[in-house]
Amino acid sequence: MKKEATANLNNSDSGKDDYISRSKQLLNKYKVKIGDSVKLISNKGDYTGIIMPRYESFNDNYVVIKLNSGYNIGISIDNIINITSEKLSETSVNVSLNPVKTDEPHNGKFVLTKGINHDIKKPLLSSSLPKILLLTTGGTIASKIDYRTGGVTSILNASDLYSIFPEISNYASIYPEFLFNEYSENLYASHWSLLSERISYAVLHEQFDGIIVSHGTDTIHYTSSAMSFALQNLSIPVVLVGSQRSSDRPSSDAFTNLLGAIKFITKTNYAGIFVCMHHTSSDETIACHIGTRVRKNHTSKRNALQSLDHFPFALIYDSDIVCNTDLKRINTRNNISKNLISKTSFDDRVFLLKFYPGFDPSFLECFSNFKYRVIILEGTGLGHVNKNCFPYLEKLIDSGIVIFMTSQCIYGRVQMTVYDTGRDLLDLGVIPLSDMSSETAIVKAMWALSNSSNKKELVEIMRTDLSNELSNTSPLIS
Amino acid sequence: MILMKFDFDSLKVKVGFEIHQQLDTKNKLFCNCKCEEANGSYDNNFIRILRPTKSELGNFDRAAIFEHTKMNTIKYYSKVGLSCLVEADEEPPHDVNRSALETVLLFSLALNSNIVDEIHVMRKLVIDGSNTSGFQRTMLVSTGGNLKVDGFRKIGVQSICLEEDAAKLLPHSKLYKEYGLDRLGIPLVEIALEPISGKPDEIVNVALTLGRLLRSSKRVSRGLGSIRQDVNISVNDGKVVEVKGVQQLSQLVKVLDYETKRQYGLIKIAEEFEKRNIDDGFIGDRIQDITYLFKDSSSTILKKILKDANSILLSIRLRGLNGLIGYEPINGIRLGKELGEFVRFFGLGGIFHSDELPKYGVTVKDVENIKELLGLSNSDAFLIIGGNEKKINIVLEPLIRRIREFKHGVVAETRSATMDGSTIFSRPRAGSSRMYPETDILPIPVESVLLDDLKQKIPLSWNDLIRQIMKKYELNIKLSEHIFDSQYYDIFEKIVSTSKNITPTFIASKLTEDVVSLSRNNLDKSLLTDDILIEVFDNLEKGFIAKESVTLIFEKIMKKESKSVKEAINSLNLIKINDDELHKILDKILNDNAHVIKEKGINSIGALMGKSMIMLRGKVDGYKINEYLKQKIERFINDEFFK
Repeated sequence: MKKEATANLNNSDSGKDDYISRSKQLLNKYKVKIGDSVKLISNKGDYTGIIMPRYESFNDNYVVIKLNSGYNIGISIDNIINITSEKLSETSVNVSLNPVKTDEPHNGKFVLTKGINHDIKKPLLSSSLPKILLLTTGGTIASKIDYRTGGVTSILNASDLYSIFPEISNYASIYPEFLFNEYSENLYASHWSLLSERISYAVLHEQFDGIIVSHGTDTIHYTSSAMSFALQNLSIPVVLVGSQRSSDRPSSDAFTNLLGAIKFITKTNYAGIFVCMHHTSSDETIACHIGTRVRKNHTSKRNALQSLDHFPFALIYDSDIVCNTDLKRINTRNNISKNLISKTSFDDRVFLLKFYPGFDPSFLECFSNFKYRVIILEGTGLGHVNKNCFPYLEKLIDSGIVIFMTSQCIYGRVQMTVYDTGRDLLDLGVIPLSDMSSETAIVKAMWALSNSSNKKELVEIMRTDLSNELSNTSPLIS
Repeated sequence: MILMKFDFDSLKVKVGFEIHQQLDTKNKLFCNCKCEEANGSYDNNFIRILRPTKSELGNFDRAAIFEHTKMNTIKYYSKVGLSCLVEADEEPPHDVNRSALETVLLFSLALNSNIVDEIHVMRKLVIDGSNTSGFQRTMLVSTGGNLKVDGFRKIGVQSICLEEDAAKLLPHSKLYKEYGLDRLGIPLVEIALEPISGKPDEIVNVALTLGRLLRSSKRVSRGLGSIRQDVNISVNDGKVVEVKGVQQLSQLVKVLDYETKRQYGLIKIAEEFEKRNIDDGFIGDRIQDITYLFKDSSSTILKKILKDANSILLSIRLRGLNGLIGYEPINGIRLGKELGEFVRFFGLGGIFHSDELPKYGVTVKDVENIKELLGLSNSDAFLIIGGNEKKINIVLEPLIRRIREFKHGVVAETRSATMDGSTIFSRPRAGSSRMYPETDILPIPVESVLLDDLKQKIPLSWNDLIRQIMKKYELNIKLSEHIFDSQYYDIFEKIVSTSKNITPTFIASKLTEDVVSLSRNNLDKSLLTDDILIEVFDNLEKGFIAKESVTLIFEKIMKKESKSVKEAINSLNLIKINDDELHKILDKILNDNAHVIKEKGINSIGALMGKSMIMLRGKVDGYKINEYLKQKIERFINDEFFK
C-alpha cells in the first residue's frame, strides 16, 4: 500500500493537502470539499458522486469522483462547468486516507505512556487462553481498508482485530498496541531501540505468553537481527510477522502469517526472536525463521522471507508444527525473565559496501571524510575484492576503521584462506564473518559498536556466535 | 415464438443487458502472458484461502460475506506462458494493455458514449475464488451513449468498462474448489445497456446487434465462451434479478422466458403471503431435531442422508403456509422448488415439505409424528432438511431468512443461467461498497490526441460492414451475413487470402450451410478446428481433392470417424486421380456404353455422367467429368459418323 498519500485528508483546508493548487482552487470556488456528495456538470455530461481525495503524485488537472456504481473517474478541470453540493445531512462522508502517523521524533528510548501498561490480569476474553502482546510498527498486517478511498488505517484495538480475524479468538487473547507506524524502509536504529525497550519492558513487567510484532517486510530481517542481539536470553517467544499482500485484500497473507505466529507461540515451547511468513506460495504452511538467519529474497512473493543456509526453524501446518532444532542457541520457554540481557543501543557508524567488477578503489578514500567506524565489505564469492583495492583498504585499517568481510553470495560462508586474494586480505587485517549474512552483519556491527569499549572487544563480539548468526556446520539442503 | 400460459404483454418486463466480450489481444490486461486456453495441461498449482474484507462503515459486502459462509479452500492451476506471478497474486499488476484499452475506446466512440477524462482502475470484491486476489480489476471507460437497433428505437448505453476475465472453474474435488488461471486476466469489454421492455425476440435482437457491432471491429475473440451476457430482469418494477453466464442467444430467449415466469410466480406467491397475513415470526418459530424418528425409516433418500454418522434431520415449522410450499401459480414455479435450489447451493441434497408428503418413503405416520412434535395446526406447513450437522447449522439461518423474504416477492439476487435456459440461485446481489481503487496502478489520462486518432478507426456499422464483405468477396447478402455471424469469419478470411483456385462463395457456403446442416444431425462441429479447416481447403486449393470431398471430410471428422484430414481422405479414398487415369476410366465407360451413345447421341451424357460419378465421386470435380465426357461423346459420335 505504498502509494497511499501521506496527507491528512479529513482536513483539506490545512497546509498539507492532497489536491494541489489548481484543483484545490476549483473545489474552493464551488465551495465543496473531499467527501461531499456532489453533482458535477462537465461539457461531456453530468455525474453524481462523492469527491475523492487525489494522491499527491498524480497530476493536478483532474477532480476524482466516486460514482454511485462505485467506480472512480477523473474529470478534467478544463471540462468542468459546475459543481454543486448535494446538501443532505449524511452525504458528507468522512474520507480518511491515512494510517495514523507519529510525526513526533523519538529519541530511541521507550517511554511508558499512560494506558500502555496492560493490566493483563483483567482478561480480555477467556482467561484460560494464552496472552499475546501485538505490537504494530507499521506493516500491513494490522490495518484495514477504507473502501471509499482504498487507503488503510491501523487497527488499534483488539475487537477490531477479532472482527476481521474471528478465528484468532480460539487461540489466544490478543493485546494490540500501537508502537509506531512507518514503512519499514523508513526505520532507523533508534526504532530498533524503541522496539527492544518495549519488548524488554513487557518481558520483565507484564506476563505475556508471547509477543508478536507486525512489521513491514522490506526490512523485517534487519529488525529481527537487531532484536536478536539487543534482547538475549528471552524467556518467551517474540515473533515478527509481515505480509506481502496487505490485509485490505481478500487474498492477504496477513491472517495466515499471524495465525502461524500465534500457533507457534501457543503450541511450542521455544523462546527467542523469530520471523513468521509463508513457506510457499500456498496459504498452507507457515515457516518460522530464526531472527538472524532470514532474508527477504523476493520483491513480491508471499514466501519472500527465506532461511539462509539452514532449514526454517519450524514449519507450521494446519494442525501440526514440526521444529528443526539443529541450531544450538535456541532457548526453551521459562519463567526466569530476569535472565534477560537487554542492551538496546545501536551505533549507526557502520557502512555496508558492495564490491563489483569495475569498482573504483579510489572511492575508498572518501571514508576519511566520514564518521564511519566499521565497514562491512560485501565481497565476491568466498570473500574477495580486486587487488587494486588493497592499498586503500590498508590505509583505512591503519586509520582505525574495522573492516569485516561478508559474501554477496546469498548462501554459503566466507573462506579467505582458499585463494591468494583472500589470504592477502586477511594479511591486511580484513576480518571474515563466516556465514553471517551482510544484513545481519551490519546490524550486529551497529550493536557491537555501541556495546563494546574498544576495537578488540568489538571484533571479538563480531566473531562470537550470540544468536545463531554464525554457525559451524551448513546442512546439505536441496 | 414462445408459448406462455400467462399473458406476457400484461407484465411490465424490463431487461437490461450487460455484455461481456473477450478482446482479441495478444497479451492479458495486466501482464504479458498469452490469451490462450490451457486445455487442461497445467504445470503448477497452489492453494489459497480468501476472506471478506470489511468496509469503512464496519460492514461486509453482503455478497462477499455470503460467499465466505460457504468458503472453501481454493486450488489454482497455472501454466507457464499462460499465467505468471501476476495471476498468482504474487506480483503487482503491470500497466494496462494499451491495445485492449484502445479497443474499448473504439467501442465507446462507436456507441457515442462519453469517455471519461481519466480512467481509474478499481478493485471489485469477488471472493468466490474466481480471482486469486479476491477482486476483479475493472475500469469505467465511458458512460451514456446509444445503440441503434433495426426495428427498435435507440437503446441507451449505461456504461462501458474494461475489465479482466476471471479464472476458469474446473471440475473440482470435495476438498477444494479448483480454478485454471489461463483465463484470468484476459481483457473483457463490459457494456451495460439501459433496461428496455419488449418481446423476447425483440430483446434478443438488441443483444444480436450489440454482438455484431463488437465483432465488426474484428478486435474481439470468437467462439463459445468468448462472449457472456449478464441479464438484469425485473417484472412490474420489482426487484432486479441478475442472471449471469448466458452464452448463446438461443439460451437467452429461454432464460428471459423462464425468469419472467419465475418472477411472475414469486409475485403470485407473495400475494398469497399477503392474503394470509404471514408474519416473519411465523417462519421457523419452532425447529425440531427429528433424526430419531427416522432411525429405522425405509425411505431410501433418508437412509442415504443418515448413513453419515454426523448427519441430522431437522423439521422447521412454517405457520400459516399450508399448501403454499407446493402452490404452483405458474407451471414449474413453486416455493418448494426455490428452497430446494437454495439449500443445494449450500451443498445439501434438497428439502421435503408438508405439501408433498407423505412421499419418498416418508409415511403418513411419520408426517403425523412431525406435526405433533411441531404442534402444527391445519393451516401450518413444515420443511425437512437433512445432511451434515455443520452444513445444516450454516444453512439454517439463511434458509429461514430466505423464506421470510418470499412475502416481498422477487428478491434482488444473482442467479446463473443453466444450459437448458432456466436459472439457479447463486448469491445475493453485490452492492457498490465492494469497489475500491486499485492502488497499484496510476490513473490513466485519456489524451484527446489518442481519441482523434481512434476516430479514424471506428468500426463500420453492421450494414456497411455486410456491404463491404459482399463487395470484397463477391458474396450475396445472405451468405455475407451468415459467414460474418458464424464463428468462422476469421478463418474464412484467412483461407480466402491463400486461395486462388477456390471462390470465396464456395468457402463461405461450406463453412456456413454445410457445417450447419451437418451439426443439425447432432454432429460435433467443435471438432472442426481452424487447423483442420485450413488443411481441407489447402488440399482443395492444391488440387489433391475435389470440391465434392470437402463436405465428406467434414462429416467424417465431425462423426469422429477420422482424427485428421489425411485419415479422412484415405478412408474415403478421395485422393484425386490424374488426367491419364481419368481418361482411361472414362474411355472404358464410353466403350462399355457405346450402345447407349449410339442410341441417344449427345443426350446420353446424363446416363454416362451417373455411371462415372459412381466411380469417381470425390476424386474428380463433377464439372471436369462432365466436360471430358462431353468431349469424348462428341468425338465418339463424330468418329461413328465418319466410320
